[in-house]
Amino acid sequence: MSLFSDPRWGEALAHLPDYLGNHVRVSVTALALGLAVSLPLAIAVRHRPVPRGALLGLASIVQTVPGLALLALFYPLLLALAALSLSWFGVGFSAFGFLPAVLALALYSMLPVLRNTITGLGGVDPAITEAAQGVGMTPRQSLFQVELPLALPVMMAGIRTAAVWVIGTATLSTPIGQTSLGNYIFAGLQTQNWVFVLFGCLAAAVLALAVDQLLALIEAGIRHRSRLRALAGGIGIAALVAATLVPSVARSPTSVVVGAKTFAEQYVLSALMAQRLRAAGFSASSREGLGSNVIFEALAAGDIDVYVDYSGTLWANQFHRTDIKPRGELLAELKATLARQNVTLLGELGFENAYALVMPRKRAEEKGIRSISDLAAHAATMSMAADYEFFSRPEWAGLQKAYGLKFRTQRQMQPDFMYAAAASGEVDIIAGYTSDGLIAKYDLVVLGDSKHAIPPYDAIILLAPKRAKDEALRAALAPLLGRIDIATMREANLRAAGGDGASSPDAVARWLWDKVGK
Amino acid sequence: MQTPLIAFAHVGKSFAGGRGAQPVRAVDDVSLAVAEGEFLAIVGGSGSGKTTLLRLANRLIEADHGTITVEGEDVRSVDPIQLRRRIGYVFQSGGLFPHFSVAGNIGVTPKLIGTPPHDIAARVDELLDLVRLDRTLYRDRFPHELSGGQRQRVGVARALAAKPRIVLMDEPFGALDPLTRDALGDDYRDLHRKLKLTTVMITHDMTEAILLADRIAVMRGGKLLAQGTPAQLSRSGDAYVGELLRTPRRQAERLNELLPRDDSA
Repeated sequence: MSLFSDPRWGEALAHLPDYLGNHVRVSVTALALGLAVSLPLAIAVRHRPVPRGALLGLASIVQTVPGLALLALFYPLLLALAALSLSWFGVGFSAFGFLPAVLALALYSMLPVLRNTITGLGGVDPAITEAAQGVGMTPRQSLFQVELPLALPVMMAGIRTAAVWVIGTATLSTPIGQTSLGNYIFAGLQTQNWVFVLFGCLAAAVLALAVDQLLALIEAGIRHRSRLRALAGGIGIAALVAATLVPSVARSPTSVVVGAKTFAEQYVLSALMAQRLRAAGFSASSREGLGSNVIFEALAAGDIDVYVDYSGTLWANQFHRTDIKPRGELLAELKATLARQNVTLLGELGFENAYALVMPRKRAEEKGIRSISDLAAHAATMSMAADYEFFSRPEWAGLQKAYGLKFRTQRQMQPDFMYAAAASGEVDIIAGYTSDGLIAKYDLVVLGDSKHAIPPYDAIILLAPKRAKDEALRAALAPLLGRIDIATMREANLRAAGGDGASSPDAVARWLWDKVGK
Repeated sequence: MQTPLIAFAHVGKSFAGGRGAQPVRAVDDVSLAVAEGEFLAIVGGSGSGKTTLLRLANRLIEADHGTITVEGEDVRSVDPIQLRRRIGYVFQSGGLFPHFSVAGNIGVTPKLIGTPPHDIAARVDELLDLVRLDRTLYRDRFPHELSGGQRQRVGVARALAAKPRIVLMDEPFGALDPLTRDALGDDYRDLHRKLKLTTVMITHDMTEAILLADRIAVMRGGKLLAQGTPAQLSRSGDAYVGELLRTPRRQAERLNELLPRDDSA
């Protein structure tokens, strides 16, 4: 099968209007906002060294914050603001998706615009500005008729840089709930779908180049006083925006939005739920690749309607509980806690996706390690790897405390590569996920947790407050409850990591339904 | 004597020196009157304060002390923007706007005061004729497509566009080659007479001042050393004025020796 006959290209293409449309909307809005703030600011401070230095310094600092972190920071900030606004003015707004993405990206676009506008205006020959004064121009006339037109090439270079940065960085707005071309990249990375990753990167690059060239056309038009060229560029940008507005207008407001976090199992389960909802006559859409910290708030705020979370994650991260209770008790208490926020715990799917310490079966047998207690004696000579968050999670603290674990080295790793690293002996122990299909594939073994240091992680379906009484929706999802055991989920996850046409979340979800639905 | 069109009375202006340095007195207690229709040249070396004095007249710079009146009004009581629009100003190397065409540059002040576009176009052509540039050839050119002399002609046309009574010129012909300079100087002198202008011209070149101006003011170190017609100046006892006049005299004598007239041959 050649690269281009892969059915995943077609699947990627089907998402393009939605992803590209959202990407253009969020980028163009952010850029417009960035320009609306930066240009007047740059003009206001250009003759004042102190505020000018402060402003450029601030913009530079913003630039050093990694794009993903900047986007993620805006979410809790807006959440707090939305709560304030609701209590003060009685008007709330969604802190999810579009707004934080636009604000963070606008902030990101400011440095090149500010710097180039200040530099461009500063580079205008003082003899020319003096002549403008001498022929009787007011400072405003001098600015608009002489200084800005002469600074335009330098300013446009900054605006074009900002446009390319914003379009590139907008791919990172997926985890805070803004659909973008980043959806391809995040989904592709998590499900080993390199076609998606490639498609997302290419689409973002093409978009960035197209916008850059349209801006260049406008610039050339203004510089050569060619109305035609400036108009052509302007129409190009307007057309781009208009074209992307069409799908959003067509979207039905009654559609059920299914959320998914950033890993393969979540993509499969959200596809499964969306399929069941459509089969029951709902129109369903998905918001995928949402950050773990964002998704619950998005549900509580009604930005998404349904998603799958894990009991232990909510227990420890959302409700900051450090005590660990038996599976049933924890679920019951969690259900009551969620109900207080009007979030419905519809039920368990039947499997757990818990953290577990995992090592190759052969080595475990050689050393006689069956449980974490056995491991503790060997730990000092062993290396361990885990995903980016594990070592800062309460589970790790709990494990260390319960078993006195201390490894020779600890490393952080992209979860997809962890299992292979353990299998190849590059690391001795990994903190894997119990439902991961790779455990079976690489012949790894899960070490027993006799002291129950790791809380239970039952996969549970959560419903947004506004869907709590939606009986049709409950009925559509009910057939999934209690039906998916750990072996089935592992196999589904392994299929999703297959890296071929049959491994798309939709295809795996259909396979899963065939297996559990009948 | 009638009321002068421009009058400086005990005018002073200081600029802050560098960090910690003493302020520099650019113009120090200068009193000077320019009569209507007069062509006055202000001569001095660099740092003599001549350019500062010129700019005080249309409030490109504000005076610290003294009073400046233009057309009988104290300039402090006049809106500086309106003042500049009714005084023509020719800049050192043209000061043309590089992104405006010749017509755009010439018509800039009429446009600012709201002259209808049709009238501006007619005025631009009239001015191109006045400064002896072919209207169809030069109207739509841009400054970078012009020679230095042509640029300065456009600069003069721009200064005259709003029909000012007063024209201030800041070393207008300094950067031109001698032939162009001579031609432009003569052409301007004719315009000055024909349009009944009152002109104040800054120059460091005494020869040019003698050839073009009715009266000459000599400045040095911010002070006005002497003023008068060339003949009056030559009777001045001031050593610096004498030194300034020596150069054109020597040049004239030398030229007489080297270029014998036809009748002496």
